Amino acid sequence: MRILLLVCFLAGAGTGRAWAEPTLYEQLGGHDGLWRIVDRALTLYFTDPRLHDDFDNINRDWLQPRFFAYFCKVADGPCVYKGRSMAASHKGLHIDQARFNAVVEDLQRAMDDNFVPFRMQNRLLARLAPMERAIVTR
Amino acid sequence: MALVLNTLCWTVCGSALAQGSGRLLATSGISDVEGAGGGGLVPWAVVTGYGTDDQIGANLHATIAGEPDFLLTSLGAGIGFYDRIELSYAHEWLDTGHAGARLGLGQGYQFHLDVAGAKLKLFGDAVYDQDTLLPQISIGTEFKAADRHAVLDAIGAKSPDGVDFYAAATKLFLSESLLLDATLRFTKANQFGLLGFGGDRSDSYQPEFEASAALLLSRRLAVGAEVRTKPDNLGFAREGPAFDAFVAYFIDKHVSATLAFLALGPVARQGDQNGVYFSVQSGF
Repeated sequence: MRILLLVCFLAGAGTGRAWAEPTLYEQLGGHDGLWRIVDRALTLYFTDPRLHDDFDNINRDWLQPRFFAYFCKVADGPCVYKGRSMAASHKGLHIDQARFNAVVEDLQRAMDDNFVPFRMQNRLLARLAPMERAIVTR
Repeated sequence: MALVLNTLCWTVCGSALAQGSGRLLATSGISDVEGAGGGGLVPWAVVTGYGTDDQIGANLHATIAGEPDFLLTSLGAGIGFYDRIELSYAHEWLDTGHAGARLGLGQGYQFHLDVAGAKLKLFGDAVYDQDTLLPQISIGTEFKAADRHAVLDAIGAKSPDGVDFYAAATKLFLSESLLLDATLRFTKANQFGLLGFGGDRSDSYQPEFEASAALLLSRRLAVGAEVRTKPDNLGFAREGPAFDAFVAYFIDKHVSATLAFLALGPVARQGDQNGVYFSVQSGF
């Protein structure tokens, strides 16, 4: 029995997977957890008067899977983002810092609504924050 | 009620100025005792208020520090232009209470200090640049003028006026929910300038080190500590570094309150001054 446990331990250590820290994607609740966050965030974006001009002409059914795939990839999830780069997809939209931050605030609220702890929220936001340089062009 | 009126006022004022408080909650920091955007004792590289790079922001502060032998009060205002330039003003009162009588100045004798500050953000962004260790860097200057020239002269201060120069590096380590600042100041000030500038022991600019660390517990709540070394120019009374440990609460983008334990070190031969700091701030 002890030997069996030892073998299991070594096998686990060998793959390096069984003992690894879960990815941020997994900590955010995997596919279902992240989908709920993205779904709530987009609901807020499409109803936020500060963002009316930005989301008014966008088809949510088109945007949501792309939005999810991007976040999933950023959070080290098993997703491939095939969309355009952040710079390319926001080019010419004249997004200013205030609207970028409104998107951040709505995302924070979406994570609050899904009971994501504050420090975990910040770990996701830290990976998204450098997008500001690509998205804000005004 | 006052808070509601205040918030309403700033919302109306902000709208009238077409300013939207576009930055994220708490990223303004607070205003230090000298009026600069930062912590309570230390100016940071951030520009005061919540204005983005195409908005104007502002912040008012009312600060009181009750120490065993002194009462320090500071009122002031700062304006941030386009998240690039900050102009600030503060007036400080140092009430000596019973210590005034012991020092032969008279019960409740007061020293005053006017501080006009300017800060320029050079490069880096403390919040957005999360993919690099590079901090936000700003340089600043503070023009200070003390009153009570005869007393300052008698205790050995070389001038009632002085100019401080500083460089500040501020970085939010968002994945750790931690903000760090390091500031290097060149100054001749005795007790921030309240006791004049330069002295019998030294009358040259000295590099002084200041630092803040703040742990974010929520979007509204931060706890942290600060240190600020000071020159020791006067043979009349030794001076040492100041420390604080604070709790800051941001009610919204218009109102914040900070409570701290503040140790100023020895002041005017009255021994170590360990007391309580409280500041209410308001802006957009």
